[in-house]
Amino acid sequence: MSARVFEVFRRERAGAPMQHAGSLVAPDARFAEIYAREQYGRRGESDALWLVPREAVDQVDGFVDEFDLKYRRVDGYSIKERLKEARERAGTTPAHAG
Amino acid sequence: MDTRTAEFLEHVQSGGLVEAGDWMPDEYRARLLKFVEMHANSELMGILPERDWILRAPTLQRKLALTAKIQDEAGHAQLLYRIVEDLGKPREAALDDLVAGRSKFHNVFHYPTRSWGDVGVIAWLVDAAAIISQKALLKCSYAPYARIMRKICWEESFHILHGRDVVLTLVTGTPEQRALVQEALDRWWEPLMMFHGNPIPADEDPMIGWRIKSQANEDARQQFLEGYVPQVWELGLTLPDPKLRRLDDGTWSYTEPDWEKLMAVVSGNGPASEERIAFRRLSRADVDWVARTVLAEAA
Repeated sequence: MSARVFEVFRRERAGAPMQHAGSLVAPDARFAEIYAREQYGRRGESDALWLVPREAVDQVDGFVDEFDLKYRRVDGYSIKERLKEARERAGTTPAHAG
Repeated sequence: MDTRTAEFLEHVQSGGLVEAGDWMPDEYRARLLKFVEMHANSELMGILPERDWILRAPTLQRKLALTAKIQDEAGHAQLLYRIVEDLGKPREAALDDLVAGRSKFHNVFHYPTRSWGDVGVIAWLVDAAAIISQKALLKCSYAPYARIMRKICWEESFHILHGRDVVLTLVTGTPEQRALVQEALDRWWEPLMMFHGNPIPADEDPMIGWRIKSQANEDARQQFLEGYVPQVWELGLTLPDPKLRRLDDGTWSYTEPDWEKLMAVVSGNGPASEERIAFRRLSRADVDWVARTVLAEAA
């Protein structure tokens, strides 16, 4: 006699991503569906749900930027000073405002 | 305080969030669990005063709306007991403690409902007071609770409107209907003023220290007074407190509630405490066979 935890993911509308919404406890998948419809969809707030037994979820975390790979991101580039210098050498004014 | 606890405290105080599987100090877990359990209990017990009026609702529309509100509250209790379970306390233990009087629920659910006027006042003002606390909980350091609060607040906003609609119908009705609202308001004002708890300075409140709560009790009450007293007065209704007025600095003065009385009420000595707990105990025993059957079938 035991119940399982199901993680609930919901989609607000077709085309939107599935997002984690919470969890529920149910004796089996049939009851999980009934509870999920009531707790996560009865106000029309969801277009679809995914029910996943908690033990089926493998969490992966710990993303450490050990090598400071900021050249892969926009905040890895600072061009303001050099752009100013380039314009001065060329004797031009900014092509775009701001 | 050990280093790990100090680091955790620093993390939550600087806006960091905590997930269910994360390490947390025992004190944080214990305080959070007790708080969410009381919230869950309150949703469950909050059904009972309104349940009495489903069969006596004045119109079919009102009956349907009240039933929907009650269904929402049962749903909130389900979501909140899930949080409690993930913090380490099985739902069965929480329900056992509730019917044994070992855990608490909000003061306002320890009072009887005497007329349909009560239904309007509860749905409008009790829910308004509750949503102020609940909105502040959106910033709770425990992320699973904060996420569930988003869903709960979304549903609560309909409850307040429903309550206001009931009150507006009564105050625009016959003198007897108007008197029902006024009489209900006179009885509910004291519990409403107690609802947010006694004033504890924010820097002395461990619940704020752990960032489980982010709003001091008195701030919540002031927000309630500022938001709702003018709305009550504009309907020509009165509130039974001669000291109630807005001061020049924008805060409200009021007669200090009897905080010992509040403690007695939430400890199970309110006018309807015994009856409500007894009813919950009865319903629990009544549906026990359902739980046993579905679990046996699933096994």
